[in-house]
Amino acid sequence: MLEIEIDGKKLTVPGGSTVMDAANSVGVHIPHFCYHKKLSIAANCRMCLVQVEKAPKPLPACATPVTDGMKVYTHSDMAVKAQKGVMEFLLINHPLDCPICDQGGECQLQDLAVGYGQSSSRYEEEKRVVPNKNLGPLISTDMTRCIHCSRCVRFTEEIAGYQELGMPGRGEHTEVMSFIGKTVNSEISGNVIDLCPVGALTSKPFRYSARTWELSRRKSVSPHDGLGANLVVQVKDHRVKRVLPLENEAINECWLADRDRFSYEALNSEERLTKPLIKQGGVWQEADWQSALEYVANGLKDIVDAHGAGSIAGVATEHATVEELYLLKQLFAGLGSHNVETRLRAADHGLKTAGATWLGQSIVDVATAEAVLVIGSTLRKEQPLLAQRLRQGVKKGLKLSVVNPHADDLLTALAGQVVVRPDQLVEGVLAVVKAVVDAKGVAAPAQIDLSGVEADDAARAIAASFADKEKTAIVLGNVAQQNPRYAELYAAAAALAELTGAKLGVLGAAANSVGAQLVGATGAGNVFAEPKKAYVLLNTEVEFDVGDSLQALRAVQGAAMVVALSSFGSCALEHADVILPVSPFSETSGTFVNMEGKAQSFNGVVRPLGETRPAWKVFRVLGNLLGLENFNFNSSEEVRDIALAGDLAAKLSNALAAPVAVKAQAASGVVRLGEVPIYQADLLTRRAPSLQATVDGAAPQLKANAATLARLGLSIGGQALVKQGQGDAQLAVELDNGLADDVVRVPANHPLTRALGAFVGPVDVTQA
Amino acid sequence: MTVYVKGVVFEGVDFDDPNSWKLDAYVARGGYAALKKILQTGMTQDEIIAEMKTSSLRGRGGAGFPTGLKWSFMPRNFPGQKYLVCNTDEGEPGTFKDLDIIVNNPHALIEGMIIGGFAMGITVGYNYIHGEVFEAYERFEAALEEARAAGFLGDNILGTDFCFQLHGHHGYGAYICGEETALLESLEGKKGQPRFKPPFPASFGLYGKPTTINNTETFASVPYIIREGGQKFLELGKPNNGGTKLFSISGHVNRPGNYEIPLGTPFSELLEMAGGMRGGRKLKAVIPGGSSAPVLPADIMMDCTMDYDAIAKAGSMLGSGAVIVMDESVCMVKALERLSYFYFEESCGQCTPCREGTGWLYRVVHRIEHGQGRPEDLDLLLSVGANIAGRTICALGDAAVMPVQGMLKHFRAEFEHHIEHKNCLVRGY
Ligand SMILES: Cc1cc2nc3c(=O)[nH]c(=O)nc-3n(C[C@H](O)[C@H](O)[C@H](O)COP(=O)(O)O)c2cc1C
Ligand code: SF4
Ligand code: SF4
Ligand code: FES
Repeated sequence: MLEIEIDGKKLTVPGGSTVMDAANSVGVHIPHFCYHKKLSIAANCRMCLVQVEKAPKPLPACATPVTDGMKVYTHSDMAVKAQKGVMEFLLINHPLDCPICDQGGECQLQDLAVGYGQSSSRYEEEKRVVPNKNLGPLISTDMTRCIHCSRCVRFTEEIAGYQELGMPGRGEHTEVMSFIGKTVNSEISGNVIDLCPVGALTSKPFRYSARTWELSRRKSVSPHDGLGANLVVQVKDHRVKRVLPLENEAINECWLADRDRFSYEALNSEERLTKPLIKQGGVWQEADWQSALEYVANGLKDIVDAHGAGSIAGVATEHATVEELYLLKQLFAGLGSHNVETRLRAADHGLKTAGATWLGQSIVDVATAEAVLVIGSTLRKEQPLLAQRLRQGVKKGLKLSVVNPHADDLLTALAGQVVVRPDQLVEGVLAVVKAVVDAKGVAAPAQIDLSGVEADDAARAIAASFADKEKTAIVLGNVAQQNPRYAELYAAAAALAELTGAKLGVLGAAANSVGAQLVGATGAGNVFAEPKKAYVLLNTEVEFDVGDSLQALRAVQGAAMVVALSSFGSCALEHADVILPVSPFSETSGTFVNMEGKAQSFNGVVRPLGETRPAWKVFRVLGNLLGLENFNFNSSEEVRDIALAGDLAAKLSNALAAPVAVKAQAASGVVRLGEVPIYQADLLTRRAPSLQATVDGAAPQLKANAATLARLGLSIGGQALVKQGQGDAQLAVELDNGLADDVVRVPANHPLTRALGAFVGPVDVTQA
Repeated sequence: MTVYVKGVVFEGVDFDDPNSWKLDAYVARGGYAALKKILQTGMTQDEIIAEMKTSSLRGRGGAGFPTGLKWSFMPRNFPGQKYLVCNTDEGEPGTFKDLDIIVNNPHALIEGMIIGGFAMGITVGYNYIHGEVFEAYERFEAALEEARAAGFLGDNILGTDFCFQLHGHHGYGAYICGEETALLESLEGKKGQPRFKPPFPASFGLYGKPTTINNTETFASVPYIIREGGQKFLELGKPNNGGTKLFSISGHVNRPGNYEIPLGTPFSELLEMAGGMRGGRKLKAVIPGGSSAPVLPADIMMDCTMDYDAIAKAGSMLGSGAVIVMDESVCMVKALERLSYFYFEESCGQCTPCREGTGWLYRVVHRIEHGQGRPEDLDLLLSVGANIAGRTICALGDAAVMPVQGMLKHFRAEFEHHIEHKNCLVRGY
């Protein structure tokens, strides 16, 4: 520890601190632009110049290491003169077009200029004008305002993992730009908007739609991936105008993924439903809530009476809240049915664990582990911020490896990478098990049959990365959870975890994947395999939210009654018989339990649109109409307190409830690797035009390696016809040499591929 | 071009002989004897560094930092890779000596670097050569090949277990890449822009490893020091300004060129060697150490000796040893306009005071030169300059300000005339 003095205040700080760190620790504010706690030190803006005793010149606080006995003056004549000098330089070429700048009111340059600027300029030469750049549909540029702090550049390189922005040119000609002809395509790109201290980079979807001081700021939780990023939702006139990160070091740090940030566009979409609708004689009729609810209650009762409780099913996604899912489950239980399911993209429902599957530890613990193996995950697209966090971990020594059906770049160094066919993920993990068993000279775990399993170099590299490590993790991603042999895969991963001493974890695919299990809104299995007479769909679009979308579509189309509790039209209008317009997350209070088992409750940030009602209230009234007991809740908090009663942590467990035998199998023939594109994952992202306009939102392509393309007679850029079961799809062909032979990567749950079946399974592919 | 030699770097080089640069010729005039002395007599690292300190050799790249001291900063027992880097970027306007060294006596540099590598326990070196010179780069590569073939360079040098690899690196021709940390960035394949210091290259240099960087002429002086002893080198010059130094003389003299002479030689003698003033005109001013050094008027210069301390005392810098001689026909406003334009164009643009300030300085001087000056402009220039100097990441900011300060200190009247009369005081040439 070093003893220093800042502006006369004595303090002790750890060695290696900078003057800026020290000042921050005692709440002394030093003006700055380029400094950011999550980025490397650039020391280029020079705004943070301070006086240090004995130093002849002012020194940049952000880059000056503290030495013992140092005396720092942040407001001395020398310091203030230097700071004012820098401010003058920053302003001479700045357009000072604050009245038409979106950053106005939340601009660090504007704020600091009030304290350090002059009222008139000594600069009478012509100002610099810098041409704007097209960075894509999310980030708007006004490059003349750029103060060259390089935060955006450092972000893309250091946090997003790939330097998509650079600063070519010298001196005054230095310009921030992307690669020529390329946009910024990172799935976490929007953070540069927050980082940019001025109005050079602003939100394109938000552009010119409101002033910051007109917006009220409300806390919420992201409804997308399993991380549960904390949000500040900004609201004007009862509309969500913008979403920003709410800093939470344990979860999202100060970042958001682009879908957390921009999916709000869907909340104001034209497709929002505002009135209950009942289809009569094939025509939608507006109805009042009372008659719509009675219609539903009576309809369900009639079908149960006629066909038994097994003839109805409740379907929701893991993006629904704890309260909604609990009441859906209770409603069905009241009707005598256990047919409630939320694991809609799962192909194998056979896994039984002792509790709700979860990350197995905290997000921070995984990111600070010494070795992590990710099994079956397109991590950057499934969990963008977790991928980012692991990337930072690798810089600090974490050994990261993957067993995957593809070789997608995690934009970080890997200690090992096993690439297999999607129907051979189990065998991929078994190879690592074998490598560990060989290296340790121990017997294979019970239930794990290693006959015929060979460990190759890649498997051995992964095994080696776990050797002699204390804090390690093995996690299963969406691709694993959607695999047709998930139970086996899980058991193999569990065996590997046991052998290596790693903690096993499941990366909750959605905001409430863990919560859905905690309230028991899963366990029914595939409710479409045997079509039901009635379906209650809570914000579920079967063609986009269900793994075997073709099967689900048929089941729904054949049902006698389909009740859609939906925020949006389109799919609901197409398949339902009655529509109850319910609130998206922004218009209801609720709770999500994130992947690390943390329950995060939030309030509605705007009032429900039109006659929309929060789904939990709809279920409560339905319960009352059906005369069910224990349905008299006055608030969502009451629902939550019952739904999550008891010790949450005790209900989380990744232990297998019953042993699962695992044995290597052979596989052959052309197999599909189906995955959900990042912006098809849930009904909000699907309706965010700006996200859809990104590179990640582009029409899916069929991808295969060169040998497979040749064997199938496909050419890059040509068209392929994919047949799976009864359905088919036509897609453009693209090369992906990161795939195993005979694997065709055909994205799922997309309008182009909705007619196809299971994510993983045999397909026929021909030239179209 | 004239090359006048009374010094160590070009000692014995025959500039009329096209083969004089070659290994054989170099060895014949005593080359690689210093290396042999070290490896065969068992001279230790400490002894070499002590010799360097005795010599009082000061860095020839501009800052004049004592080389022996710099070498002693290198963590000799650092376990990982370390690097030795030679700076042949030579971008400072007026400077053209390093180019002559790698063309005419490349082995002196190579031998100096090998010795440096030995002294600091470094096994890999690079020579970063200015991007706009081509033959010189080829010449250096050819000399490297010769040295490798003869066993002076590479693995097991002269049969010992000392190994040293040396590579040429052709830059891209930006002045800023001569700044040592920008050079390192460029060498790593990145955009050449200076790093903030600390950490200094001795602890965090090329690829983050301890690195020592010296100028071409600095390295090329090393063989002599080891062969003849530091004391002898020191005595060639004067205390604290040991040895001889190359001066690149340009401007209004009869024989511009490189002059290698003892430090401490009176400027008047140097001017005489260069053939005196062209056309018999009067000396007006001299920039004694490259474009970044403040200008000094004739009378001060004529009383000055050419060494670090004397020039510093006179209010300027010996810098890289580029002596720009100006006669009475030179308009100082025009001269400053050109100088300021250079720094404006060459600022890397990274830090605010330099990026914004160099353009401001240039535009104001440009205005004055073009008859648009205002009386308050001169104080504005000094004030803007004061806001740049000492507040930037690298010394280019200071370098941009010093010419302005020098010109206004000694030739303010010319600027005032320009502003008042909207024309030039210097006329009739
Ligand atoms: C803007 C700028 C340009 C420089 N250009 C050169 C150069 O071209 N050649 C050089 O040797 N040193 C140059 N230097 C000095 C180097 O940074 C460094 O001090 C020098 O290479 C160290 O070698 P020495 O100690 O042998 O002089 C430059 C410095 C600055 C600030
Ligand atoms: S665009 Fe913004 S963040 Fe990027 S360098 Fe310019 S001012 Fe900084
Ligand atoms: S002083 Fe100029 S050249 Fe040096 S780092 Fe700053 S902007 Fe670049
Ligand atoms: S904040 Fe320190 S130089 Fe920019």
